[in-house]
Amino acid sequence: MSMQIRLMLFALYRDLAGVEEMTLDLPVGATARDAVSVLRGRSSGLGRLPAAPVVARNRVYAGLDDRLEEGDELALLPPVAGG
Amino acid sequence: MSWHCCRPWREADVRAWITPEPIDPVDVLDAVGSDADGAAVLFLGTVRNENDGRTVSGLRYEAYLEMAENVLAEIAAEAESRWSTDRIAAVHRVGELAIGDVSVAVAVSTAHRAEAFDAARYVIEQLKVRLPVWKHEHYVTGETAWVGSEIPASSMDV
Repeated sequence: MSMQIRLMLFALYRDLAGVEEMTLDLPVGATARDAVSVLRGRSSGLGRLPAAPVVARNRVYAGLDDRLEEGDELALLPPVAGG
Repeated sequence: MSWHCCRPWREADVRAWITPEPIDPVDVLDAVGSDADGAAVLFLGTVRNENDGRTVSGLRYEAYLEMAENVLAEIAAEAESRWSTDRIAAVHRVGELAIGDVSVAVAVSTAHRAEAFDAARYVIEQLKVRLPVWKHEHYVTGETAWVGSEIPASSMDV
């Protein structure tokens, strides 16, 4: 069983990926950490993502071990620099 | 944007927004203030021509827009609750900015001045830690970098 999530990438991570969003197929029950692990295994610049980036699930800061659900929006957030 | 409708602290009026347009400090101050207030504080963050020893020619701010406005409103609401302020407005700009441009503005009005200073300070400090906004600096050398990110932009074409 698999599910689809919407992955959002910003700033440096978007530059590494070359795209700002993508659909990701993950096994049901996968966590944000699993999603990052799948991305890091890819041959593109995503291989250079940190193992434990800050993440947001459905636009709220989340933990890497939070379980994802079908249709979730998972965002990988580089260190913020507003102000 | 008014939060009167759906927040438990009905007396408060928290206004938080992200904009690609130049920030007019008067607009931000106008968003706060009431007859019960004896003090208003306005904080402006502006684009500096130097960072970490490098001469900056300009920069671009990028935001996770849908999340950033929520986070900004949340921070302002926390300050409202902690200092019993009447009104807070916080705005962050995105897009290309030049040296001297206002990147962020925080306005707070309260009955007395101490709370206004403290609440404004809280909002700007929390925003720097939590607001999903990123800064891409352009330097006079022609180089660029994402500020605070651990992988140097210059090594990205490898």
